[in-house]
Amino acid sequence: MLNSKIPEGPLENKWRNYQIKSQLINPANKKKLNVIVVGSGLAGAGAAATLAELGYDVQCFCYQDSARRAHSVAAQGGINAAKNYQHDGDSVWRMFYDTLKGGDFRSREANVYRLAELSAPLIDHYVQQGVPFAREYGGVLVNRSFGGVQVQRTFYARGQTGQQLLLAAYSQLYKMKHAKKVTMFPRHEMLDLVVIDGKAKGIIARDLVTGQLKRFSAHAVVLATGGYSRVFRLSTLAIGCNGSAIWKAHKRGAYFAAPSFTQIHPTALPQTSKAQSKLTLMSESLRNDGRIWVPKKKDDDRKANSIPEEERDYYLERRYPSFGNLAPRDIASRAAKERIDAGYGVGRLKNAVYLDFKHAIERFGMGIIKDRYGNLFKMYKKITGVDAYKEPMQISPAAHFSMGGLWVDYELMTTVPGLYAIGECNFSDHGANRLGANSLLQASIDGYFVLPNTINNYLANALKEEPPTVEHPEFEQVENEVQHHIYKLLAIKGRKTVDHFHRELGKIMWQECAMSRNKKGLEKAILQIEKIRSEFWTDVKVTGSDKEMNTELEKALRLADFIELGLLMCTDALQREESCGAHFREEYQTSEGEALRMDNDYSFVSAWSYSKDGFKLHKEVLKYENVEPTVRSYK
Amino acid sequence: MKITFKIWRQENSNTSGDFKSYDVDGLTEDMSFLEALDHLNELLVQRDEKVIAYEYDCREGICGQCGVFINGRAHGPHANMTTCQLHMRSFKDGGTIVVEPWRAKSFPIIKDLVVDRSAFDRIIEHGGYISAKTGTAAEANAILVGKEIADKAMDAAACIGCGACVATCKNASAALFTAAKINHLNNLPQGHQEADKRVMEMTWQMEQEGFGSCTFTGACEVECPESISITNIAEMNARLVKAKWLR
Repeated sequence: MLNSKIPEGPLENKWRNYQIKSQLINPANKKKLNVIVVGSGLAGAGAAATLAELGYDVQCFCYQDSARRAHSVAAQGGINAAKNYQHDGDSVWRMFYDTLKGGDFRSREANVYRLAELSAPLIDHYVQQGVPFAREYGGVLVNRSFGGVQVQRTFYARGQTGQQLLLAAYSQLYKMKHAKKVTMFPRHEMLDLVVIDGKAKGIIARDLVTGQLKRFSAHAVVLATGGYSRVFRLSTLAIGCNGSAIWKAHKRGAYFAAPSFTQIHPTALPQTSKAQSKLTLMSESLRNDGRIWVPKKKDDDRKANSIPEEERDYYLERRYPSFGNLAPRDIASRAAKERIDAGYGVGRLKNAVYLDFKHAIERFGMGIIKDRYGNLFKMYKKITGVDAYKEPMQISPAAHFSMGGLWVDYELMTTVPGLYAIGECNFSDHGANRLGANSLLQASIDGYFVLPNTINNYLANALKEEPPTVEHPEFEQVENEVQHHIYKLLAIKGRKTVDHFHRELGKIMWQECAMSRNKKGLEKAILQIEKIRSEFWTDVKVTGSDKEMNTELEKALRLADFIELGLLMCTDALQREESCGAHFREEYQTSEGEALRMDNDYSFVSAWSYSKDGFKLHKEVLKYENVEPTVRSYK
Repeated sequence: MKITFKIWRQENSNTSGDFKSYDVDGLTEDMSFLEALDHLNELLVQRDEKVIAYEYDCREGICGQCGVFINGRAHGPHANMTTCQLHMRSFKDGGTIVVEPWRAKSFPIIKDLVVDRSAFDRIIEHGGYISAKTGTAAEANAILVGKEIADKAMDAAACIGCGACVATCKNASAALFTAAKINHLNNLPQGHQEADKRVMEMTWQMEQEGFGSCTFTGACEVECPESISITNIAEMNARLVKAKWLR
C-alpha cells in the first residue's frame, strides 16, 4: 500500500503542519550523519550545499568534470514564482491551479501547492546568491509571460536562466566544499545502490578516470540525477544524461511512477543525418510571432519561398483557431507529427515543418523581430547555416522532459527507506504535462527547501543505528554484481556498436511511445525492444578495458539500462487506457481528435515495482479535495 | 565528405602521447564536428581499436565541457563559438584537421583530448560565491539593482568555464575566467560585503594554480564563446589594487 504521507489540515497549512511535527536533530549530532547526493544540478547542488550548511557530512557525485556542467545549465526560458510583482492577479492559489491543470490532473494536490507556496522565497534566495535576473531601469525585477499562463510570473536572466541558477548553486556547493563540509566526487558515476536490511546505505560508483569501482556508505542516499529522455536517443538533453542511477534503484526496490509521461517539445531543430547526436531546442517564445505551416501538396519539392500563400497549410491555425500557433506543447507537437506522418513534412529528410516569420517581419518590421529574437536567429544560423530572416526555419518535435520518475511521498522519499529522489528524476509535481518554466522551479524547491526539511525526519532515527560501513558483506556483494555486469559486457565482443543499438531503440521509442501511442504499436514495441535487448547482450562490441577512462563502456552501461527502462515505459503507456496530458492514446480521443481523460478509471498514479518475472502495478489514488478536475480545451 | 584527422592520442597522464592519422569517409556538411568524431569512434570500434576520449555534454554551447584545439585554434576556425557548435561545412572536403587537447600546465592531460580543469573549480572555491545560507534571504525587491548594473553583471556571469581563454593565451593566463566571476559578483550589491576579500583570494588562488600572467594580447576574448570582454581584466586589476590599498 502506497502511503503518500500527506499532512493533515487545510491545503494552505499542510507544509507548516508537517514542519511542526517533524523530528529535529541536535546540531552536534548532525555532523555524525552522512548523506550521499548523486547529481549536482539545481536539485543535487542545492540539496548538497544546504545539507552541508545545516551541519550534515555530505558526499556529492557527478559524472561530469565539474558540478557546473549539470544539464540544468541548458534551461533557457525562466523560472516561475507567485510573487505577483506585476499586480496582475497572481497568487499561490492561481499558480497551484495552473500547474495542476497543466498536468491534466494527474499530480498530487498537496505537493503542487507546496511548490507554488515556496516559489516566492526561492526567488529571494537566488537574488541573494547573486543571480543577475533581468531588471527594470528603476532596479526592480522584471517578469514575462510563459507557456499559456495568463499572468506574468516568469523570472529570467537573458536566455541563460538555467545557467545562472546553476552557477549560483554550484558556487554555494563549492563554498561548502572549501569549508570541508562537502566532499566532491566529479567524474564518478553511480552504478548501483546498496540496500542493507531494507534501508538505503550507500552506493557503488565507478571512477571514470581510472575505471576503479568504489564503495561509499551513508545514512541516507539522495538521487538527483535528472531526466531520462535520452532513451529516445535524439532529444534536447545533454549526451551524458541517463536513467541508470534511478533504474538501479528501481531494481533494488524503488517504485517507478508514470515512466511513460514524456514531454515532447514542438520547436527543436530537426534531425539532418543518421549520425546526429542531439536535437537543439529553439525557445518556445518564437511561436509568439512565427507561423507554422507545411505545403498543401504532398512531397512538394519547391523551396519554401516559392510556395504561394494559397498552397500553404497553417495547420495549427486551421485546427485550433482560438490558440493557433500558441497551442500548448503537447498539442503542437502532436499536430506536427500528424502532418509529417501523412507525408507533408519538409526538409531533406521530410521530418520538419516550417516556422515562418515573413508575416511578422512585414507587420512589425525587421528591427522589432531582430530585437525580440536576434539571439535565436543567430543560433539558428550557427547550427544550420541558414538565414531565417530570409527563409522560414525548419523545426521538428523532440523529446525534452521526463515527468515520470521514481515514486516519492510528500517527504520526497522513495519506497526504499532512506532513499530520496529530487528534481526531474522523481515523479511529483508535473502530472502528465509540465508547464514551461516550472522545471527549474521544482528542481530548486526540492533541493533547497523540501529535502533539507524532510530528511531529518528519517535521519533522527538513523542516529540510533549502527553507523554504516563499506565492510558490510552487502557492499561486497553489490560490488561483485557490478563488476560481473561490466565483465559480461566487455566479454561479448560482438559486431555492432553501442550507438547502433541506441539508434534502434530510439527509433522504436520515438515511433510507438512518444507523441501518440496505441495498443498494437506498444505491444509490438515491447517485442522489438526485447529483441534489441537480447541482440545487445550477444552482439555488442565495446573496445578498451574497464580499468581506464573508457567512454564507450560508459555509453554501453547506460544503454543497457535504457533498454530495460524502454520496456517499462511501453508497459506503462499500454496499461493506461486513457489520454491525459502528454500521454495520448489514439483509442481515447474525442471526435475532434482531442485527448479523452478517463477520470473514473485512471485518476491514480501508476507506480511500478520490479521483479525478474515482470513489472507489477501499484496505484496511488489521487484525491481532489480542493479543485474539480476539468477538461482542457484549446479550440 | 572525406577528411584526414590528425588527433593527439595519449593513454593517460603518466605516458607521453603523439599524433595519429585517421582517414574518415562518409561525413556530411550538416554533421557537427563532434558528430564527425563520434562517427570516427564507431569506425574505431569496428576496427577493434580503442575509442578517442574527448569531452562534451550539452552540445548546445552552454555547459562548457567540450573544447579542443582545431587546426591551431581554440574551438576551431570561428571566433566566439564552442567546439560543439562547429559544423563540418566549415572545413574543405578532402582536407586535414589537426585536433589537440587544451595546452596549459594548469590543465594536465587525462587522456587523449581530455584535460583536467579542476583548477577553475578551486579558483571559484576561493570566494567565487556570496556567503549566505539557504533560508536567510530578504525579499528580492528589497535591494534595488539598476538595469545597467544587472546587465553588466550578467555580461560577466555568462562565462561557461570552458577554458578556451587559457588554452589560447600564450601565457596560459586564467585572468579572463577569474575576472568574469569577480566582476559578476562585485558589481552586484549582494556581492559588496565580500568584494575586497573575493578579489584578493581568487587572484591569489589563480596564481597558486600556476596560470601565467596576463599581458593583454586580447587573444582570449576572440575565442571566448560568450564574447566576454578583456575590459573585465582591467576592471579586476583595478579592484585588486583598490582592495590592497584599503587594507
